[in-house]
Amino acid sequence: MIKKDIVNKVAGMMNLSLSEAEEVVESVFTVVKNALVSGEKVGLHGFGNFRVVKKNSRPGRNPKTGEEIMIAARKVITFKASDKLKQAVNHLPPEQDE
Amino acid sequence: MTKAELVEKVSEKINLAKKDTEVIVNTVFNSITDALSKGDKVELRGFGSFRLRKRNSREGRNPKTGATVVIPAKRIPFFKPGKDLRETVDN
Repeated sequence: MIKKDIVNKVAGMMNLSLSEAEEVVESVFTVVKNALVSGEKVGLHGFGNFRVVKKNSRPGRNPKTGEEIMIAARKVITFKASDKLKQAVNHLPPEQDE
Repeated sequence: MTKAELVEKVSEKINLAKKDTEVIVNTVFNSITDALSKGDKVELRGFGSFRLRKRNSREGRNPKTGATVVIPAKRIPFFKPGKDLRETVDN
């Protein structure tokens, strides 16, 4: 599924033109993105939480050359699915995974 | 930020009634849930992608009784931020 599929669904549901629906869907992700960029956690009830986590710098190794390098401190986004979402994806047998 | 705050911000941004915006926000995240529950992956350009990851079954222990139990294999929703989001957050 890609963004366009969501846009089509929203357009049909809300009786909006495709370009209007696209604008709304786009702004949903932009607003979430901006919150995360400012370091804010985004909690969407029934879906999950997006969080920005600070990672300290740590020593690492280039797996190809074996050379030791320092992995710089950085901020990463983590997503934790809500129980509802976890349950929704677990009715399929695990064998069907890619 | 909560879902209500998200709805409010989006509603202001595009000048749409809060009620309608709320329906749309719910539709957006419900359709991601639906796609994942069908085993589909969701790719959102500029934001990131959602897919399922398999967790193998493993042995665990009931912390209260110490009894060994088998935790069955399961799938978990996994979010991978897109390059743009990843880099913007880190700066």
